[in-house]
Amino acid sequence: MAKAKAPAENFVSTTNACKLCKPLGATLVFKGIEGGVPFLHGSQGCATYMRRYIISHFREPMDIASSSLGEKQAIYGGGANLKKGLLTVMDKYGAGLIGVATTCLTETIGDDVPGILGEFRREFADLELAPVVNVSTPSYSGSHMEGFTAAVKAVVEQLAQAGEPNDSVGCFPGFVSCADIRHLKDVFASFGIDATILPDYSETLDGPALDDYEKLPSGGTPVASIRALGGAKASFEFGATLPPVGEAGTAAGLLAARFGVPAHRMGLPIGLRASDEFFKALEAVACAPTPRRHALERGRLLDAFVDGHKYISQKRCVIYGEEDLIVGLTSFMAEIGVIPVLVAGGGRSGRLKAAVEAACEGLLPEMPEVREGVDFYDIADRARELAPDFFIGHSKGYRLAREMNVPLIRVGFPIHDRFGGHRLHHLCYLGAQELFDRVVNAMIEKKQTDSDIGYGYI
Amino acid sequence: MSDLIFEERKDQIHRKGEGPFKLACNRDSLAGAVSQRACVFCGSRVVLYPIADALHLVHGPIGCAAYTWDIRGALSSGPELHRLSFSTDLQETDVIFGGEKKLYAALVELIDRHQPKAAFVYSTCIVGIIGDDLQAVCKKVSAEKGIPVIPVQSEGFKGNKREGYLAACKAMFTLMGTGDTSDIGPLSLNILGDFNLAGEIWIIREYFERMGITVVANITGDGRVGDIARAHGAALNVVQCSGSTMDLAKMMKEKYGTPFVKVSYFGIEDMAEALYSVARFFKDKDPGILVRTQELVKDELAVLYPKLQAFRKDLEGKKAAIYVGGAFKAFSLIKAFRHLGMSVVIAGSQTGTEEDYEELASICDPGTIIVDDANPLELSAFLKEKDVDIFVGGVKERPIAYKLGVGFCDHNHERKEALEGFVGMYNFALEVHRTVMSPVWKFVPRRTGKILAVEEADLPKECTL
Ligand code: SF4
Ligand code: SF4
Repeated sequence: MAKAKAPAENFVSTTNACKLCKPLGATLVFKGIEGGVPFLHGSQGCATYMRRYIISHFREPMDIASSSLGEKQAIYGGGANLKKGLLTVMDKYGAGLIGVATTCLTETIGDDVPGILGEFRREFADLELAPVVNVSTPSYSGSHMEGFTAAVKAVVEQLAQAGEPNDSVGCFPGFVSCADIRHLKDVFASFGIDATILPDYSETLDGPALDDYEKLPSGGTPVASIRALGGAKASFEFGATLPPVGEAGTAAGLLAARFGVPAHRMGLPIGLRASDEFFKALEAVACAPTPRRHALERGRLLDAFVDGHKYISQKRCVIYGEEDLIVGLTSFMAEIGVIPVLVAGGGRSGRLKAAVEAACEGLLPEMPEVREGVDFYDIADRARELAPDFFIGHSKGYRLAREMNVPLIRVGFPIHDRFGGHRLHHLCYLGAQELFDRVVNAMIEKKQTDSDIGYGYI
Repeated sequence: MSDLIFEERKDQIHRKGEGPFKLACNRDSLAGAVSQRACVFCGSRVVLYPIADALHLVHGPIGCAAYTWDIRGALSSGPELHRLSFSTDLQETDVIFGGEKKLYAALVELIDRHQPKAAFVYSTCIVGIIGDDLQAVCKKVSAEKGIPVIPVQSEGFKGNKREGYLAACKAMFTLMGTGDTSDIGPLSLNILGDFNLAGEIWIIREYFERMGITVVANITGDGRVGDIARAHGAALNVVQCSGSTMDLAKMMKEKYGTPFVKVSYFGIEDMAEALYSVARFFKDKDPGILVRTQELVKDELAVLYPKLQAFRKDLEGKKAAIYVGGAFKAFSLIKAFRHLGMSVVIAGSQTGTEEDYEELASICDPGTIIVDDANPLELSAFLKEKDVDIFVGGVKERPIAYKLGVGFCDHNHERKEALEGFVGMYNFALEVHRTVMSPVWKFVPRRTGKILAVEEADLPKECTL
C-alpha cells in the first residue's frame, strides 16, 4: 500500500519553489471579471514582478495597478496611497470593478483594508464609484492557489445578493486555461444551462489583435451575473483539495451556506471518469441527456485509449504543480495505465494525499508517493531515485527533465518556454483527448530519438 | 489621447522642440498607475545575480524569490549557482516571531550543501518591517563557515531600482580588497556593469585581450567572488550603463584610486569609442595600443558594414520607439537605428536621471517624445500616435506592442541574443530586419481596419436592404 514516505530530510530553505505567492492568484481572478482591474496594495515591485510573470505565460497585457508604497507609507500606513490609487484607476481606466489584494508588506504593517475602503466610500460618496472587492493575501500563509480560491470567494461574498431565484448556475473552475474556460462555456451552453463562470479570463487574457490598446480588455464575468448568483439554481466547483463545502471556505460553500444554492463539488474534470462525473451532474442539473457531440467526444476518447494504450502502458511518471491540477492529472494517468510514482505539490492544503488516493482507487497496484509543500530540490532528489519515463507539470521542471533526459509534458502554469500554454485544453472529454495524444506522442518521440535505427513507422 | 496622460505626470513627458527642455524624473511612481518599474530588491538582484559562485538567498516570503528564478540570460563559464532560486519562504510564525532563526538555519544548510565562495542575503520588504537583524546573522554565519556572508539591504519599498543598485554595490565593495593582487600587470582592467547576457562579456573580453589587456574581474556577468576580491588591483574600471555599478566605480576610486571610464558596448560608434577610450588610457604604458585598437575596429567593421548596408536598403525611413530601464542604453540605440536608416520617435526609461534626459534630448530628432516612468496607457498612446514599426523594450512592454500590431525587440535583461559588440550590432540589425520586414504587420487591424462583418452594419449593402 501507500509508501507514505516523509520527506527525506526536513529542509529549512527553499530551492526553486514549486509555487508562487498568494496575491498572484488573486490578480488572475480579478482579471477575469468584466472591466476588472487588479490592484495590489503594497510596494511597486510585487505588482511589476507578477505582471512580468503572468505576461510570460499568457503573452497578453496584464495591467496590475499598485499603491506603490514607499518608505514613509510602510511606516505610517498605506491608506492614503490606496485611496489615491483607487481614484486614479477609476478615473484613467474607467474600471468596472477594482480587486484589491494585499501583499506581505501591507499585511505585516497591518493596514485595515476593509476599513480604508469604508472610509473611501464615505469620503467620495458623491462620486459614482466602481465596486471594489478586497481580499487578504499574505504570502507567508498560502501559495498562489490559496490566493486564487480566496479571491473567488471574496468576489462572491462581497457581490452576490439575495434575490429572486433565477436560472443561472455558478461555476468556479479554479485556475484552468483560457481554452478550458471557453470549452466549459460551450459545454454549459450545449446543455442549455445559463452558466456564470468565475473567473472568466478566456478573453481578457487571450484577446484578439487590436488597433487600439484596450484599457479594459473585453470579456470577463459580468458583475451583474455575479450579483445574481445569490439566486442561482446550483453551483459547480472544481478542486479536490479545496476546503470542504460545508465550511463556507470557498465560493460554492458560501453560496450554499448563505443562500442555499446547492453545490456540486468535484475534482477538476480531467480524464474520463472525472469528466463522466461532471457530465452526470450536468445531466441532473439540466434535466437533459448529454448532447450527442459530447457523447461522441467521449466515444472517440475511449477509442483512442484502446488504440494508444500499448505506447504508454506501465510507463512511470512524476507529476508536480498545483494541488488540484495534479490530483486530476494523477487520476487521468492512472486510468490510462501510466504509473504515477511521485505526485508533488508546493502547496500545503493537508488534503493532497487523501485526494490522490481517492482519485486512483482501484486502478493502481500501489499508490503513488505523495509530497506536499515541496520545492524542486526535493522533487529532483526523489525523481533521480525513481527514474521516471516522463514528467508532467509546468515549465519549471524543464531543468530536471533535461538533466534526466526524459520528456516533460507541459501542463499548468507557468508555461513560459513553449508557445500557447494558455490555449491548451485539459478539461472534459475534449481536453482529455488532447492530453492523451500528447502523452502518447511524447513516448513515441522519445522512442524514435533513442533508437539507432530511426524507425519512421511506429 | 491626452486623456490617457495622468495629470500628475504631465511634467514627466516632453516633446522635443516644444519649448525648452525640462523633464521631471526620479520621482516615486504614481499610486494607481501601472508603472513599468520594479523595486529596490529587483535592482540589487539584477546586479549581484550573475556572480556565479556565490549563494544568493532571498530572505522573505516566496514570491520575491520565485519571480526572479533564472529569468535572465546571464551565462557563466563555470559554476552556475546563480541560476537557482533560494528563499527562506517566510511563514506566518516567522513574521510574528521574527525570521532570524530560520535565516540562520537556511544559510548554514545551503552553505553546507553548495560550498559557495560567498553568500549574499537579500532583505525584502517584509524583513524591513519585522526588523530581522540581517547583519548579525550574516556575521555569525560568516565566522562559522569562513566565507563572506553579506547582507544586501534591499527592502523593496525603500525606493526604486536605483537604490537597489547602490545596495548591491555596497555589498560587493565589502568583498574588495581582500584578494591577492601581486600578479596583476599594468595593462589590466575590470569590466563593470555588464551581465554577460547571452555571453556578451566574452565578446568584449576578447576585444580587450586582442588589444593586449588583461581583464581582472567581470562585475558582475560571469562573475567570481575571488576576482572581485582582487579587483582593486586593476589599473582601470570600464563602467557600462548609467546606473548599476557607477557607485561601485566611485567607491573604488575613492578608496583605491582606481580611475574609471564610462562606456557603452551597443552600436558601432559606442563600441569603437569604448575600445578607444581604454586604448587612450593605456597609451603611455603601451604606445602600440592605439594602432592595434584601430586595426581591430577596422577588421570588425570590414565584416559588419556590408551586412548592415544590405539591411538598410529595406529599413530606410522606418520608425522606432525605445523604452528601457536606464536611459543610457537609449543613447546607443538611437545611434544604432540611425545606421539602419531608421529614426527614433519615442525615447524613454524607467529610471533616468536629469543629466541622462538632457543628453537624450540633445541627440533626439525634433518631435521625439521623451518620457520618464511610463505606463501601458501612455506607451500605447504614443506608439499609436507615432505609428512606429518597432518598439524596443523589456518583457512587460512586449504585449503592449504586440496587441497593437507593432514589431518588438527585447533589449532588456531577459534577452537571449548577444547585442553587444560589433557582432551584437549585426544580431540587432538582423532581429530588427526580421521583425520589421515580417509580412504579418500587413494584416493587423492597425493596417487593415475591420475585415469581417462583425455587426450588421458591416455587411455589403445588398444584404442589409
Ligand atoms: S512580498 Fe509577498 S506579495 Fe510581494 S512578491 Fe514577495 S511574496 Fe509576493
Ligand atoms: S515584497 Fe518588496 S522586495 Fe519583494 S518584490 Fe515586492 S516590493 Fe520587491
